[in-house]
Amino acid sequence: MFMLRESIRSAIESIWAHGFRSLLASLGIIIGVASVIAVVSVVQGLSYTISEQFSGLGGNSLTIRSYTPFKKQLQGRWSKLRNSDMSAIHQRVEGISHITPVLFTQSGAQGKLSYRSQVTFSRVLGIGPSYPEVNGLYLEEGRFFTADDDARRRFVCVVGVDILQELEMPDDSIGEFFNVGKQWCKVVGVLEKQGELLGFSRDSIVLLPYGTAKRMMGASKDLDIQIQVLVDEINRQHEVIGRIRRVLRQEHGLKAGEPDDFKVQTPEQLTDSFNSVIDMVTAVSAGIVGISLFVGGIGIMNIMLVSVTERTREIGILKALGATRQHILLQFLIEALALTLIGGVVGVVIGYGLGALVTALLPGFPSAHVPLWAVLMSFGFCAAVGIAFGILPAVKAANLDPIVALRYE
Amino acid sequence: MHSCDGDSRVIRLQNVHRVYPMGDRILSALGGVNLDISRNEYVAIIGASGSGKSTMMNIIGCLDRATRGEYLLNGINVADMSETELAKARNREIGFVFQSFNLMSRASALKNVMQPLVYRQTPLVRRKHMASEALDRVGLGDRLDSRPGQLSGGQRQRVAIARALVGHPAILLADEPTGNLDSKTSQEIMALIDRLHGQGQTIVMVTHEADLAARCERRICLEDGKIKFDTGAVN
Repeated sequence: MFMLRESIRSAIESIWAHGFRSLLASLGIIIGVASVIAVVSVVQGLSYTISEQFSGLGGNSLTIRSYTPFKKQLQGRWSKLRNSDMSAIHQRVEGISHITPVLFTQSGAQGKLSYRSQVTFSRVLGIGPSYPEVNGLYLEEGRFFTADDDARRRFVCVVGVDILQELEMPDDSIGEFFNVGKQWCKVVGVLEKQGELLGFSRDSIVLLPYGTAKRMMGASKDLDIQIQVLVDEINRQHEVIGRIRRVLRQEHGLKAGEPDDFKVQTPEQLTDSFNSVIDMVTAVSAGIVGISLFVGGIGIMNIMLVSVTERTREIGILKALGATRQHILLQFLIEALALTLIGGVVGVVIGYGLGALVTALLPGFPSAHVPLWAVLMSFGFCAAVGIAFGILPAVKAANLDPIVALRYE
Repeated sequence: MHSCDGDSRVIRLQNVHRVYPMGDRILSALGGVNLDISRNEYVAIIGASGSGKSTMMNIIGCLDRATRGEYLLNGINVADMSETELAKARNREIGFVFQSFNLMSRASALKNVMQPLVYRQTPLVRRKHMASEALDRVGLGDRLDSRPGQLSGGQRQRVAIARALVGHPAILLADEPTGNLDSKTSQEIMALIDRLHGQGQTIVMVTHEADLAARCERRICLEDGKIKFDTGAVN
């Protein structure tokens, strides 16, 4: 412990005495760590914000969508969810408080909207009366659809606030008409502002009654819908998912062993799948930047080897004064370690600064977030680099013959 | 490390040989040296260049080991010591003074003198106290914070002497201590070494200057790796 303390003291003195050289030696490490932290802070900031946004989506809602296994896709047999599936779920699955179909018009492509000379594109969805409850939506003004609107397939719509701005419609737009595709639609309600998700506005949306949307797309067509349900109790979610699966498999006539031709997704699954992408991006960037740390380590080793040669005489003096092999080894190892760790600290600070700068410069980007594990991992990696690349110069110094070292000019 | 009861010999070389392999040939630097040096002796080792002075200094200073023969330092055979024990012996028993001072240029006089005590694990406060005392003893009590570059040659050698003395070693081993100094400063340094001897310090000095050797009580002359003459112990 005593020698460790003395070695740290000596290492800091030595680094301080050769300030500029120490800075150059650590530069590789500084750049490496700064890049890791900058990338991780941006990616994790994004992940953190998205997790927050997802958590606001309603924890006990489920989304059921059709899924065609690759083999069936090759055969051209596309799976579909139909209105009859929704009715079956509604009638036979317990524990569901609300259920709504969601029909993506234009096969999911964005619909063309126009008002006077203004044109914009937006998602146009056909929805059932329970859609606001399932998705936690509220109206800023006006009303939602009535059962009558749906049954009579009236051309009425509820819009997000962005639509009003994009089409330059008047402040009080209730009762105004605009074109959805080629069809006139009357605005009956405006949604409360939702904000952004994954950088996309949630307020650029047009909601139509399900029947109306179906009529617009051709009532006789066999359309694929999504089904959204709200589960009564969140802790019964898995039970409900199981029941939905059983009902749908029966409805679709799937035999035992055949894979599901639909998927039931929870908001957590959405978050999880997003997080797994984020984790992969983080791991890949960390791996790439790891290479720069490796190069930084070689820089440290190079400088330490030069330092050993330059201080050969000093090592001889220290040995004459009573330093053992272990003392010299420890001193040079600690010096390499201190160089990398100081580089690590500077790198973390610069990296965080860079991350914050990047996120501040990109409009609408979430702020940088550096998780503790990234900082600890950086220091751990720096320490490993310091030891791995410091050991060779340290051994070289420790093995010097004191007589030869003392004669060194 | 302590001497045997009643034995005042600090250094005992018995038939010490040191050979160096030089390609196919073997170079003999020391060829069977027998020598006893007792406590409080003031010894000059003289001889021409290549006579084996430095080799003997290195062996006595535990920097090198004899190829054959025995070296007893305070009654303990150095040949049996491990690397770490040799380092410990250098730290506790030997105080080196080199011709070219060999100070650490980036450290102050005080830190230079404190350095040997680090390897004895002496606490910092005690180290500072002992080092400033040693510097005081060589007349540099007012230059504790000066770096070697800020000191004259004579002052640097004084720092080196203080560093050699700080751990109260059994032997002060001086290798041409005035070799890099002008004559006036040489006299001052020699007066200091004389004074240390007067205070009871055992001193072994390698020199090729006859007038310096003449100040010593005992002169051992080496030639071709053997003792040519030894004026013998005074007492």
